[in-house]
Amino acid sequence: MYVELKNINKLFGNFKASDNVNFEIEKGKLIGLLGPSGSGKTTILRMIAGLETPDSGDIFVDGIRINDTPPSKRGIGFVFQNYALFRYMSVFDNIAFGLQVQKQNKNYIKERVLELIKLIGLEGMEHRYPSQLSGGQRQRVAFARALAPSPHLLLLDEPFAAIDAKVRQELRSWLREMIEKVGVTSIFVTHDQEEAIEVADEIIITNRGKVEQKGTPIEIYKKPATPFVAQFIGQSTVYENNEDKIQLKGFEMIKSNEKAVIRPEFVQITKLGKLKHYMSAAEEGIVEKISFRGSYLEVNVKVKNIILTSNRSLEDEMIEVGEIVNVQIYRLYVFNENKTYLLENSAMADNNYIYI
Amino acid sequence: MKININKRQKTMIKKRVIPGFGISIGITITFLTLIVLIPISSIAIYVSGISLNEFIEIITDKQVVSGYKVSFFCALIAALINAIFGTILAWVLVRYEFIGKRVLDGLIELPFALPTAVAGITLTSLYSDKGWIGSIFAEAGIQIAYTKIGIIIAMIFIGIPFVVRSIQPVLEKMDTQYEEAATMLGANGHRIFFKVILPEIFPAMLTGFGLALARGIGEYGSVVFIAGNMPYKTQIAPLLIMTKLEQFKYADATAIALVMLVASFIILLLINMIQSYVNKITNN
Amino acid sequence: MKNNATKNILISISILFITIMLVIPLIAVIIYSLQDGIEAYKIAIFDKYTIKALQLTLLATVSAVVINTFFGIFAAWIITKFSFRGKHFLTTLIDIPFAISPVIAGLIYILVFGRTGWAYDFLQAYDIKIVFAVPGIILATIFVTFPFVSREIIPVLNAQGKDEEEAAALMGASGFKIFTKITLPHIKWALLYGIILCTARAMGEFGAVSVLSGHLRGKTNTLPLHIEMLYNEFQLSSAFAVSSILVIMAVIILILRTIVEYKGKKAGE
Repeated sequence: MYVELKNINKLFGNFKASDNVNFEIEKGKLIGLLGPSGSGKTTILRMIAGLETPDSGDIFVDGIRINDTPPSKRGIGFVFQNYALFRYMSVFDNIAFGLQVQKQNKNYIKERVLELIKLIGLEGMEHRYPSQLSGGQRQRVAFARALAPSPHLLLLDEPFAAIDAKVRQELRSWLREMIEKVGVTSIFVTHDQEEAIEVADEIIITNRGKVEQKGTPIEIYKKPATPFVAQFIGQSTVYENNEDKIQLKGFEMIKSNEKAVIRPEFVQITKLGKLKHYMSAAEEGIVEKISFRGSYLEVNVKVKNIILTSNRSLEDEMIEVGEIVNVQIYRLYVFNENKTYLLENSAMADNNYIYI
Repeated sequence: MKININKRQKTMIKKRVIPGFGISIGITITFLTLIVLIPISSIAIYVSGISLNEFIEIITDKQVVSGYKVSFFCALIAALINAIFGTILAWVLVRYEFIGKRVLDGLIELPFALPTAVAGITLTSLYSDKGWIGSIFAEAGIQIAYTKIGIIIAMIFIGIPFVVRSIQPVLEKMDTQYEEAATMLGANGHRIFFKVILPEIFPAMLTGFGLALARGIGEYGSVVFIAGNMPYKTQIAPLLIMTKLEQFKYADATAIALVMLVASFIILLLINMIQSYVNKITNN
Repeated sequence: MKNNATKNILISISILFITIMLVIPLIAVIIYSLQDGIEAYKIAIFDKYTIKALQLTLLATVSAVVINTFFGIFAAWIITKFSFRGKHFLTTLIDIPFAISPVIAGLIYILVFGRTGWAYDFLQAYDIKIVFAVPGIILATIFVTFPFVSREIIPVLNAQGKDEEEAAALMGASGFKIFTKITLPHIKWALLYGIILCTARAMGEFGAVSVLSGHLRGKTNTLPLHIEMLYNEFQLSSAFAVSSILVIMAVIILILRTIVEYKGKKAGE
């Protein structure tokens, strides 16, 4: 394994930023550290960089324990959330900084910097100052600056947080392409699951200083390993079962101490009477709210006191607020304190539930 | 045209939202005129009564020129020393935690709070040949009081808060990301300071330096005692004005004052120009 | 490890610098003032000319603080709450006394009110004495401390903006009410800070006052001028004894300043 964190703990006062963190990363992978704010993801990144020191535990990069190596000697590139471009240096000088530190020869520096400027598509802007660049351009310069000294590991702290939504989309795929091209092992921190799913080869989900799950985006999406992941990933409605038995058709086997997570894609809304299959599994619900989300409609529908969310194509037949509709729930995630499992609607499938 | 009118109307309406414009501007301008503007303009009025030849004769008098030189030279050296120590002090006060930091921070303001005459006689006594500090140097054959070194020390004393108080807030606000970025690129402490931090605090340093310089040139109370006032050697420009006034040579005093005012004005203007250039880089 | 060495060196330099430049002079005043014994100290302090000088210093200081606070509030109000042409210029004009040598500050009043000044005849006619008299000293003190209060309030008011005042005005509040209910709570610490700085500078002013005083013992001598006179008469321990009064006042001001700055920062958070 290329990067390994073993039993890392870190306290800030009373706040446990890292609680026995363990994970491994393969060489060449692009990893997304995903979690809500305050979950300790940035702390992990900063400890790998050496900007914070863990209270206990070991960090290995390429088989070497780097805990006691000063950050300037770790050979790690770091892209800061607000880029931290040196305001008094031109684009050229910013990118050249790390090479000048290494006392590289002048011709080489010039060649390397211009090559990187070409790579990030900012030819002709080398004499501009950061204040003369747009947010996206600054992001690119920060990326080039971190890459200039040829680091063997690249860390990015919320690389898209400070960019407008429109440019962000474009930069995501750009960054992914660039990292593939350069082939450097990279870890980026984000609180935006869409971003992590779209950009990363693998995602590590953190919560309250702990690593909850590590896996490919699809694994995480399809098989959430912990209650937290089940709720955090996707647009989930949590259903708390207060009665003896869950009241939804086809899910009668859920116990009273268990909760369920229902995602919009698990819910199908059909106009009353238009349902063709699995009539026995259909509930009736009242449409509470319809929100236009640009390319689709988000529909909130009330079924037996539970508000469910479903996405509906604009192509489908229109429904209105107050209308009574048929609602089918294909499957849901059931969890208690200890475990999470996927449960298919028993009224729609022959096989019972599957443990993950 | 139409837009212009609208704009004007807008500002007029704005003025009236918060009450008190009339009375406030009235009081402000009255006080300003009576206390500052009329007295200041009397310098110009007075100088205009002197013929050009006379004016040039006064300000190029050997003793006067040497007075300017002493004031300017000593203030420059003191401001440079203050720029260095002031930066160190500001750095230590912002970045480090240590016992007695609060006291140190409070003491910086002492030269503002301590009357200049008290500072003057105290420094003179300390640095004279028989004083606690002066006697040490006297053994080595260095005289401090009544020489330019003494003047410089007095000017360092009164100038230090200007530099520290200019840099301190900038350092406090400065994002540590810049330093971290430089660290991650492999830079050592030395390089980080000179390449990354210094450019950030340079405008503030310049402000502090300029204020300390201007204060040094104009300072009287704390300098006059330690200077010894030997013509051509340790006679400072403000003292020349004082002497001329005591001899009722108002024209001479005013001419010397005008040159000092112009010099201070040019210094502040130069500093402003450098700063607006630097701001242009950072703020586009 | 290397970082720690740098840290210790820098802290040592700072402490050494402050000790030599600031602490030793402070201690020296107290020791020098007591070198002829407590009795001599008492005599110097309770000397009738010292008392007179102290009274004049207090009068000048209080006048300067009152006038400059009054002016400072109005000036800050006009500069931060309204937009009008020439605002920038006005700000610069207010700051002028800050940049002027105290000796020149004294000189300009001589030029206006002195024997050759254009206001001289007028003053003679009504038998008003300004130069070499108490009014001159007060005027000079006001001049040198003129921008102190406004300079401290303006940044705070600028940071606060004017939304709250505009909201209150739209609800029909009077100017006085807006100021006392809305603006004053925001600026109280800055105002106090400005008053403290103004006091410090006013009580210690030497150059400008020196020009205008005429050094009449018991009449136009402030404490700093009295100190100068004693010093020039080689009554060193008396000079330092009188100085110690000002030093104690300065230390009190420094402590007050630190408290007010701390409170202001806390209020600003």
